[in-house]
Amino acid sequence: MTATEQPRRDKDGRLTPAPPEWTTRPAAPFPEAAVKGLENQVQRANLRHATGTIRAKRARVVAEVDNWQDLRSAGEAIKNRTLRHLDQHLVTLEESLTKAGATVHWARDAADANRIIVDLVKATGEQEVTKVKSMVTQEIGMNEALEEAGIAAWETDLAELIVQLGHDFPSHILVPAIHRNRGEIREIFREEMGVYGTPAPEGLSEQPAELAGAARTHLRNKFLRTKVAISGANFAVAETGTLVVVESEGNGRMNLTLPETLISVVGIEKVLPTVEDLEVFLRLLPRSSTGERMNPYTSMWTGPSAGDGPQDVHVILLDNGRTNALADPKGREALRCIRCSACLNICPVYERVGGHAYGSVYPGPIGAILNPQLRGVENPIDKSLPFASSLCGACNEVCPVKIPISDLLVHERHRVVEEKKRHQLNQFEPAMMKAASWVMADHKHLEAAGTASSLAGKLLPIRTIGPLPGPLSRWTQNRDVPMVPAQTFRQWWKENHDERA
Amino acid sequence: MSARDDVLARVRASLTDVAEPDGPVDWAYGLPTAMADVVDRFVETVTDYKATVVRCGASELPGQVMRGLMETGARTVVLPAGTDEMLHRTLEMAADLSVRVDDGSLTAADLDATDAVVTASSVGIAETGTIVLDHGPGQGRRALSLVPDRHICVVRAADVVSDVPEAVARLATSVRAGRPLTWISGPSATSDIELSRVEGVHGPRHLWVILVEG
Repeated sequence: MTATEQPRRDKDGRLTPAPPEWTTRPAAPFPEAAVKGLENQVQRANLRHATGTIRAKRARVVAEVDNWQDLRSAGEAIKNRTLRHLDQHLVTLEESLTKAGATVHWARDAADANRIIVDLVKATGEQEVTKVKSMVTQEIGMNEALEEAGIAAWETDLAELIVQLGHDFPSHILVPAIHRNRGEIREIFREEMGVYGTPAPEGLSEQPAELAGAARTHLRNKFLRTKVAISGANFAVAETGTLVVVESEGNGRMNLTLPETLISVVGIEKVLPTVEDLEVFLRLLPRSSTGERMNPYTSMWTGPSAGDGPQDVHVILLDNGRTNALADPKGREALRCIRCSACLNICPVYERVGGHAYGSVYPGPIGAILNPQLRGVENPIDKSLPFASSLCGACNEVCPVKIPISDLLVHERHRVVEEKKRHQLNQFEPAMMKAASWVMADHKHLEAAGTASSLAGKLLPIRTIGPLPGPLSRWTQNRDVPMVPAQTFRQWWKENHDERA
Repeated sequence: MSARDDVLARVRASLTDVAEPDGPVDWAYGLPTAMADVVDRFVETVTDYKATVVRCGASELPGQVMRGLMETGARTVVLPAGTDEMLHRTLEMAADLSVRVDDGSLTAADLDATDAVVTASSVGIAETGTIVLDHGPGQGRRALSLVPDRHICVVRAADVVSDVPEAVARLATSVRAGRPLTWISGPSATSDIELSRVEGVHGPRHLWVILVEG
């Protein structure tokens, strides 16, 4: 880095743009956040367009594959087989990586992983790193951990750059800036690029090609001078220690090739037993995610390669809650996820409320089960997520590794209810259930209850019941409840059928 | 306890319900995908990715590489060590072309100032329009086919297979030998702005494929 290229600090003294406030303080649970999402007309229009386009593309390329269902079953079986003996595969992966000349680190949680990363970067003496887009570094909040340590971490995927420069948070696994349109992107580039590096060119238009060109220029210097890069991995082959990164723009290749040091953070569920297993996933992933036969670039590397690419190669194997999910024989199925985002693109709830409403890096149907599994169901967001679904089941059909997402949502709902019972936070529901079970226990009880309620129907001249107080308000704030009829069904039956008979 | 032992202990504790060893996966690996003509399909799918594809015989190769360089407006070109001798000599004789052979000392900035690269390849995949480099002789280290803006890539028809399973089966030897692999499907592209596809972000904006038959 030359003197003129020292990392700059913005007016708040930060090296990189500050993320939105809600990512650093407790966010709202889904029902509250969803209302905000629904009210955002621009986002809803952008999402409708984007998810509609990508759904059609996916359907077209999936239809090209004759044995698509067999391929899904193979993906499911390989992942299950691997997860069931994950300890053995992880030990093999560690051995292979070490043999290939990589340094292996283990991390129990985000704090462990971030400490290892900060120490590794500090050891190089660098103040700036570039990044390949990765979900796992989002999950551990790595950028903020590096910022606190005085190291600037730069996103190099176009969408991630838009999000980062926009002081924003990703809203989709694959297309993190899906909620932004071209006009908004132009404004972000014009206002922010110059604060942190090469400014946007004069007279930048809203044309996607020009906007992509501005990103290319802004990042090229960073690529050429960066000494340290950080990546995740889509797959890690235990047998050989090979890591695989799937991408489109070439920013991945830049990061994986040009620097001297490469640090890859790999969730322990990413492991595949053999090289041959890649044939299944390299067919399932691109068609399910971007709706392409193949993504433009896939890189595979096995430790450092003499005379080619980074010579100091580190791999961090991360748990961060994955063993919580693994411990639940049913919930374990979610760990098959290859982060393709097909379930987001098909989900009617996601399409309307957007990714931010899920309050986590994993939005959509898969996020609604993964987050409670990884983080538990104690906090208000994770407790609300299993209910963030209409259970329509469309996600089950598109999942390339056959995760039964709607079953798992029900399973997680059950866990949330159990948790609730355990803490006895809600006395109202057990009381209701007790009353209901008395009513249902005997037909005389049911008739008495029916007569009592129809009396209310006769006496009150209204058609719907408006907002109710107390715990029932959660139900009535979004719905009109029809008024109780003036006659019970039994009474109606008696009048209309018994006479004729 | 070390983080390693901790994580492995947690994994093991999570799997106490799993008793029996893994059964076989019901999948036949490495099978070809049926198609009328593998090479025709390859040309079709690569073209679909907005790459240029030219078919030629072995003797026409140097001339076709020259044509690719001229038509993409390249004035400077880098060749990987191990490039075909005949091709190398032809390019060196061209009057308005500056040719360098990579001896490993070229910096990223040097490559950034170079217009084009010419490489060989290892495998072509018909169904997906993908070209795989295993960075053996004539294919160069990874930065070579990445930083210059134009990539002229030579694919031998004999190396074109039907689909990904056949390709993985062929490339497994390279992976097991520790070689890196680069899979290329069309030029660099993004769909991050309203999902409209834009060719060329960070990788080469032009991919010019020469398919050598016979």
